[in-house]
Amino acid sequence: MQDFLNRLGKKFLSFLYYAGGIGSLAAQAIFWLFVPPLKRKQTFGQMVEIGINSLFIVSLCSLFTGIVLVLQSAYQLQKLGAKEFIAPLVALSMCRELGPVFTALIIAGRAGASISAELGTMKVTEQIDALQTMATNPIKYLVCPRLLAMVTMLPLLTIYASFIGIFGGYMVAVWKLGVGSSIYIRSTIDALTLKDVFSGLFKSVVFALVICTVSCYQGLSARGGAEGVGKATTLAVVSSFILILASDALFTAFFYFI
Amino acid sequence: MIEIINLCKSFNNHQVLKNLNLTIEKGHTQVIIGRSGCGKSVLLKHIVGLLRPDSGQVFVDNQDIGRLREKEVNRLRLKIGMLFQGAALFDSLNVGGNVGFILREHSDLDEITIAKRVKESLQLVGLRGIEELTSSELSGGMKKRVGLARAICARPDIILYDEPTTGIDPIMADAINTLIRQLHDKLEVTSIAVTHDMVSAYRIADRISMLYDGRIIESDNVENIKNTKDPVVQQFITGAAHGPITD
Repeated sequence: MQDFLNRLGKKFLSFLYYAGGIGSLAAQAIFWLFVPPLKRKQTFGQMVEIGINSLFIVSLCSLFTGIVLVLQSAYQLQKLGAKEFIAPLVALSMCRELGPVFTALIIAGRAGASISAELGTMKVTEQIDALQTMATNPIKYLVCPRLLAMVTMLPLLTIYASFIGIFGGYMVAVWKLGVGSSIYIRSTIDALTLKDVFSGLFKSVVFALVICTVSCYQGLSARGGAEGVGKATTLAVVSSFILILASDALFTAFFYFI
Repeated sequence: MIEIINLCKSFNNHQVLKNLNLTIEKGHTQVIIGRSGCGKSVLLKHIVGLLRPDSGQVFVDNQDIGRLREKEVNRLRLKIGMLFQGAALFDSLNVGGNVGFILREHSDLDEITIAKRVKESLQLVGLRGIEELTSSELSGGMKKRVGLARAICARPDIILYDEPTTGIDPIMADAINTLIRQLHDKLEVTSIAVTHDMVSAYRIADRISMLYDGRIIESDNVENIKNTKDPVVQQFITGAAHGPITD
């Protein structure tokens, strides 16, 4: 029993250490963001890597999500003779929930893993130490450009993903299920309020912070060689997924009640 | 001058450095020898402020680096160049970007002047016209040379070498040793090298110190070290499989 409590205590302490490490890194990164000069070249490079290079996969996933969403909802709604509710359902689901969450999960898997692997490799090959010996703060030089790029590009990708998802729904609803094109577009516009769009964008900013700090923290804490980098990358993706879904639940409840 | 007084450092309850004392005179090349994992690199990392002592002091230019704030440590680091064991070149930058990194980050020099300084530094280590290559296109020996060019680009007062000849062939190792000696003579820097390669140690050192069991057990000039009576140092420098270190 004592052994069990010891192990439980150790796990809890290591969790606190982990959470504290991520919180501390996030705070330092936000602080250094406001200390000039801004690393424009690195930030722009990361924007291309995180945003532009993810467009294709985000397009595919969002398109299929929109299509599946319409097919699944039409299956039920047609029985009730409520086909006209397909468009609002797709628009609201994509803007409030599926757009932000799916895009964040894709970016965590793609860009988050890449950030963690890159920083992890830099750590185990002493490149981070080399940066420090050349009087350069690794958080300012490596984390800030990634954070700024992530916080800028993830909301833009979310808007794009929601639009593509709605378009996927439109394709099936109009071309296959016989819903009128103008009715579908009008219902979509009427259904969406500023709060729906804002809540989705707010969530995507939170997800961006989560993905970037978790991935950078795991990368910068990597130890050993290739195995250490692999473990750091896996942990970065798994932790990001859990934190994205947990914070999504929290903020969905928050926006539901306000 | 660099002065280390009663330096202690532990990792996970394992004490690596135990009241280590060492003084390195300005303009000298000090080589620290010892077995792999004995704490040589840990000692170097204390000198450049990458690690903080558990207790004891490390004075660089009469400043206790363990007690300085980050800004002050960074000011001191600009006077120190370091060659890492694996060169630690930045993968995201080409050779020119690596060598000129410190000038681009910490000086107001224009790009033309920086390019000139990069070229000069590369020439000092015997390389020409490779500014556009990436680190993956370089051989092990070239990486070490580029790492050395990066370490000297800002004309530091102190250069630290972490295993400068490890992992490269004997001919390239000899070229690196010659280079270290030449750089010392040309730039008149204080150099500290940690190595377990005795050929390299004899070639580059003014003084050699042996690190064993967390302490410096002997420190002397090359001739006296070669003729040492200390059985531990003797076993290490002759590379004997049996002796007080292994028995």
